[in-house]
Amino acid sequence: MTGDPTETQAETQGRIARQFIEAIPHSRDLGMRIEVLVGGRCTASMPWDARLVGDPATGVIHGGAVSALLDTTSGAAVLSHPEAMAAATATLDLRIDYMRPATPGQTIVAEAECYHVTRSVAFVRTQAFDDDRARPVAAATGAFTLERGTLERGRG
Amino acid sequence: MRPQPEPVQVIKERRDAGLARLVAAVPYIAYLGVRFDRRGDELTAVMPFRPDLIGNPALPALHGGAVAAFLEIAAIIELTWSTQWGGIESGAADTGATAAAHMPKTIDFTVDFLRSGLPRDAYARARVNRSGRRYASVHVEAWQDNRARLFAQATGHFLMPAPAGAAGE
Repeated sequence: MTGDPTETQAETQGRIARQFIEAIPHSRDLGMRIEVLVGGRCTASMPWDARLVGDPATGVIHGGAVSALLDTTSGAAVLSHPEAMAAATATLDLRIDYMRPATPGQTIVAEAECYHVTRSVAFVRTQAFDDDRARPVAAATGAFTLERGTLERGRG
Repeated sequence: MRPQPEPVQVIKERRDAGLARLVAAVPYIAYLGVRFDRRGDELTAVMPFRPDLIGNPALPALHGGAVAAFLEIAAIIELTWSTQWGGIESGAADTGATAAAHMPKTIDFTVDFLRSGLPRDAYARARVNRSGRRYASVHVEAWQDNRARLFAQATGHFLMPAPAGAAGE
């Protein structure tokens, strides 16, 4: 789609950020995919994988893998915020609430919203779901650094 | 007359075997490559560096999610280890294939990223600040080259498993 004349600036920013995030080694290794990325909102998925199980008796994914998805999705939302053009970000803090075990075999989908940015800090809230979209598996709130005006995009 | 103390090698083997079985019960710990060093009952979690743990290739820096997961693993294993210490010493603790089912469940976990994780091995030690019948609170500190220069810390609350033989969970 490079050079598509109908692509808006926000779509261009989203496309570049998506390519960037999908190239992060740890996110790739966990099988993460960016589904939607525009205007400070990100939806990303992580398929169930036997390597990521916390309890072999039930097949439930370990909380740590869910944390990695929540962190990546939250950071991606920061990078796609309209006021954070061409910026790098790193997690300052992340609080994760685990509401229930994710159903084994189901892809986990996280939805992040970067709801406020200051000159140097971005605030994000994120929820993770399995196939049951009515009951979140986990939720996160985080604060992220915002480095504006650099060409280097990155996640700490 | 006091009974003869057990040979030190027997004690060490029992403790190391108990710890190794706890860690082996969780596939995700093996995926991240985390292992535990033990001195008496003191545990240090070690996450050897590998390129798959990178979250920022430009710096480069460890992925925040991998760091969070490392700290959560260190907290859960410390909590399980400290609450099952008596059982491991007597041989009554479940450290077998079903051990993960009897581990505490994370309620919430808050990670404070103090500086970016370097592409090197990382270490973590957890301290159980409160361990009740139903809930526990655990603090974790992680460092790389210098013990005094933490690169991340975390606090988590955990739901303790129902005692063996209790009805329901």
